[in-house]
Amino acid sequence: MDYEIVIGMEIHVEMATKTKLFCNCTTEFGGNENTHACPICLAMPGTLPVLNEKVLDFAIKAGLALNCEIQHYSKFDRKNYFYPDLPKAYQTSQFYYPICKDGYVEIEAGGKKKKIGITRIHIEEDAGKLLHESVDGTLLDANRCGVPLVEIVSEPDIRSAEEAQVFAEKVRNILEYTGVSDCKMEEGSLRFDVNLSIREKGAEAFGTRTEMKNLNSFRALGRAVQYESKRQVIDIKKGREIIQETRKWDDVKGVSSAMRSKEEAHDYRYFPEPDLVPIILSEERIEEARRTLPELPEAKQARYVRDYGLPQYDAEVLTASKATSQFFEKTVALYDEPKQISNWIMVEIPPFLKEKEISIEEIPFQPEDLVELLTLIQKGKISGKIGKKVLSLMFEESAGSPSQIVEENQWAQMSDAGELSDIIAKIIDENQKSLDDIAKGNKKAYGYLTGQVMKATKGQANPQLANQLIREMVEKKLNSRD
Amino acid sequence: MSISKEQASYIAELTRLELKENEIEGFVADLDKIINYVDTINQLDTTDVETTEHILDLKNVTREDVVAPSLSIEEVLKNAPEQEMNCFKVPRVLE
Repeated sequence: MDYEIVIGMEIHVEMATKTKLFCNCTTEFGGNENTHACPICLAMPGTLPVLNEKVLDFAIKAGLALNCEIQHYSKFDRKNYFYPDLPKAYQTSQFYYPICKDGYVEIEAGGKKKKIGITRIHIEEDAGKLLHESVDGTLLDANRCGVPLVEIVSEPDIRSAEEAQVFAEKVRNILEYTGVSDCKMEEGSLRFDVNLSIREKGAEAFGTRTEMKNLNSFRALGRAVQYESKRQVIDIKKGREIIQETRKWDDVKGVSSAMRSKEEAHDYRYFPEPDLVPIILSEERIEEARRTLPELPEAKQARYVRDYGLPQYDAEVLTASKATSQFFEKTVALYDEPKQISNWIMVEIPPFLKEKEISIEEIPFQPEDLVELLTLIQKGKISGKIGKKVLSLMFEESAGSPSQIVEENQWAQMSDAGELSDIIAKIIDENQKSLDDIAKGNKKAYGYLTGQVMKATKGQANPQLANQLIREMVEKKLNSRD
Repeated sequence: MSISKEQASYIAELTRLELKENEIEGFVADLDKIINYVDTINQLDTTDVETTEHILDLKNVTREDVVAPSLSIEEVLKNAPEQEMNCFKVPRVLE
């Protein structure tokens, strides 16, 4: 019997606002415990929330970029639960009237294109962080309490671990370009919940689903889906019932396990949030947001192929992150050799990023410097091989410009025909045997002469010029012999 | 409408109230009264009344995204019954 995996995902995304959802505390990551907290996010009695205006801009942008219908009317609700990560004992969220509905993301997995539906996107607040470092209690750091999130809820359209990963990566990519979130996985800016069930292939009805929460990397997402789907298939084959439950993914052990049912006995008793008034969005505001939406990755790829004549593969690599595409675009604006620039960004630069453990935003030189380097090569001042050595030094701290690096290391090619002619004449005189070989038709001897010239000039002779001069002078010598 | 003993116990559990067996009876009676009182509203004919999602005639109340100082750590933890490592300390929950 063939089985099919059915997955719906919820993606929590921390928005790139400066302040929290309902108060003016900073959202900055990594502050000391409880230093980003105030009476509002600590839920002191008598406080009232006031919505952050920027959150609306970001939620609208996220919705538009994910092809959603932006709702003219939306509002907040309270999701009630007792857990010490939220001092209010409820999370302010949008249940009945979310800000965005009915979108989709087009993905390509296993060589096939398909659309993954987006059911809804709503605004909600993040919870605090619980630390389990105390011997006789649990500790709460409230810095993250009230950080604004958008939760993106997909339709159960995902059918494999690969599709789940591609979908998550695509959503991340789109949100990064729109600036809705910094999308830093290592800071938990993006977290995935997976609802997974198994059914017989071709069946209409869904199987019983389990939920895995807070997967915080694409790798964990892929592995968790693979493990959990296998587990369910085995249970179904053995005739065991799948229990609807929340399961915890242990990324170190690579297994999922059931959480005690009491921990997930959730009855949220949603009700309208009386402290916040409705959000009414005009058609003008939504259209204005649509007009100012930045170019998204797919549109960029198409443009790179069309305007720069780049292969689709290059276009995809260059748009995989916003920073990479920005570096490419700035460089290509100064130097009209798109394929050459693409090669340097895709092939030559990445090993240094890996070695230095930095991202492309942290490259210690500017697109202007890369252009200077490419110009030096193009003008024959240095060879391509030396160019790579110059690049490696450009990654060092307090490195000068490419020209300064070339000068300091005396790497400039000898491109002066007069100077080079003297050296070549001397080498031809010393190597009469090569001359004889060439006379006999052994062209390989040219290679030997070139080698000698490179040796004599410590590799600094411009190879094209040297070859040209050698040929001219050898022919002259041979003619004078006749 | 009336409330069952099971429903009352369930609500107590959700609100983390520990009730003794004999206390539950009292709550059933109280909750019944409250629900019946609210039920009187159902006697009104609301056919032509527009649904009200919020009682205030306000919309789009927002503030600018500008950082203001948070409380000092002393102020944050001032009313905490227990604290450790500059954190609020609560009864142990499972990870």
